Amino acid sequence: MSALRTFGLLATDPALTGHISWSVLAVILIKVVGAFVLLLVSVMLYIWAMRKVIADMQNRVGPDNAGPYGVLQTLADGIKLFFKEQSIPDTADRPVFKLAPYLSLLPAFLMFCVIPVGGRVSILGHQTYLQVAELPMGVLFILAMSGIGVYGVMLAGWSSGSKYPLLGSVRASAQLLSYEGALGLAVLGVLIQAGTLSTRTIVQNQAWVNVGSIVREWYWLPALVPFGIFLIAATAETNHPPFDLVEAEQELVGGFHTEYTGIRFAIFFLAEFMNVITMSAVAVTLFLGGPSGPALGFLSRTGTINVWLMPVVWFMVKVLALLFGTVWLRASLPRMRYDQLMALGWKYLIEIAILWVMVSATIVVARQNGWHLWIALPAAVLLALGAYGMLWLAIPKPGETVEEFR
Amino acid sequence: MGRLAGFGVTLRQMFKPRLTTDYPKEKSPRPERLHGRHVLNRYEDGMEKCIGCELCAGVCPARCIYVRGADNPTDDPVSPGERYGFVYEINYLRCIHCDLCVEACPTEAITETKLFEFSFTNRADAIYTKDQLLVDDDGRARRQPWELWDGHEDEHTSAWMRATSPSGSAAYEGRATWSGELGFGVRAAEQGQTNDDAPERDA
Repeated sequence: MSALRTFGLLATDPALTGHISWSVLAVILIKVVGAFVLLLVSVMLYIWAMRKVIADMQNRVGPDNAGPYGVLQTLADGIKLFFKEQSIPDTADRPVFKLAPYLSLLPAFLMFCVIPVGGRVSILGHQTYLQVAELPMGVLFILAMSGIGVYGVMLAGWSSGSKYPLLGSVRASAQLLSYEGALGLAVLGVLIQAGTLSTRTIVQNQAWVNVGSIVREWYWLPALVPFGIFLIAATAETNHPPFDLVEAEQELVGGFHTEYTGIRFAIFFLAEFMNVITMSAVAVTLFLGGPSGPALGFLSRTGTINVWLMPVVWFMVKVLALLFGTVWLRASLPRMRYDQLMALGWKYLIEIAILWVMVSATIVVARQNGWHLWIALPAAVLLALGAYGMLWLAIPKPGETVEEFR
Repeated sequence: MGRLAGFGVTLRQMFKPRLTTDYPKEKSPRPERLHGRHVLNRYEDGMEKCIGCELCAGVCPARCIYVRGADNPTDDPVSPGERYGFVYEINYLRCIHCDLCVEACPTEAITETKLFEFSFTNRADAIYTKDQLLVDDDGRARRQPWELWDGHEDEHTSAWMRATSPSGSAAYEGRATWSGELGFGVRAAEQGQTNDDAPERDA
């Protein structure tokens, strides 16, 4: 424990700075279980809400039989899948086949662990933050977990011992790896502004002062282009439409999870939707100030509602707004062609993100060193455009054939 | 904006009213000419209308009707004519509800109710015998346990069709010109029909 504290892994949580007692462990346990339950329940509600909103957008009714307004539909689906037979193909690599669903579920949850959901509160007499774990390199951890998520998909397709799942998983791996780059560079746009990898520090930098904080403190404006790139890349990372080539029901019979049945199949879906929620939470943390928002003025600033509830409410409201966006995308856009997907990732998103990082890094350094911004900025833009010009020369144009390797 | 117009379309749809009928809970009104399960009608004095002529069985394209006629017992006649339907069976696994039997019937003996929600769990139940098809002493259809009667589907039995049946002519369209029957007398007109100034039947 002392070694962890030395490396600063635990020191930032006030509950962990003093003597570690049973009640401190209980606090940690409460937070872990709370986060897990929160994530599971929100996945359940998200799937229901998604089906309802899409039904609205298509002039249908949607699920409305299980529970009031069909809220329990996801639960009913889950129970049904849980009691179904689980078949494993003869040619499958059994241990890997069984492991793969959990491997895709785990990163989604671990990623959520470093997200600050609320402010500083008191549980069992200990001061602590509403965040499962505060890591000094939290953003790096998020990117690492998002990378590990590829393994679940890849191993599932590979271990099925069947042709179409393998094709689906190859597609999936290529897609996820392609957009990993754009995602990382978009996150870099925030990191340059924040100067830290800690998610809590990033959130604290965006703390609420007044309405002007939305423009002044939150990072979406200074990192406007990375924000857009992040949303697109995160949609692609989570295999959501219009980037759902991994599943592509019409083409691949379900893609990598074709051979999966019963609860293992359900876990893949759980993981997919949990990833969407986690990615929205990451976007809110990085760009939209996380739990920062106005407190209720007519109540005490140190009262339970303003300390416990309001930050969580603001966090949820922002996540909900982004989740509605994903559903809206799903209802509005047709699936992309595979070459369009690759072209968007490699030819546009990564280039734009790199150039933005170059320019905004110049601005930040120029500010810190007191350089004259009117000279530094055009120089940086010119340099960036020059770099892009060279890239542009290298990119094959429509009608040009790529020279074959011999 | 052209590329983003689709987002506006989907968003606008959210606020438009739903057209869906929540079927098992609420049911839209049955069309006038809906063809449902058959009944065999009786005259107002209780006599059966069927005369065992087998025209319905002859016209049936699905060959689902089986009729055998027999001479009326002189001491206790079943129908007012010379013969009556001794056996009458309809196989609902074959019936396509085309209503040709109703049009073929010279005595308006077989008509269709508006009941369509019936599902049997064995094949024997699918073959309706004369006992099940014949209306009861109140002139109403005999309800089988597997049939879902939740309205007054038996009050209008193919009325529209009968108004334009071979016993009439095209001039009768929109007018209810059928004869009286047990329990109902002359049935009420349906939507789109009138009961008044029925023209005299052609000879």
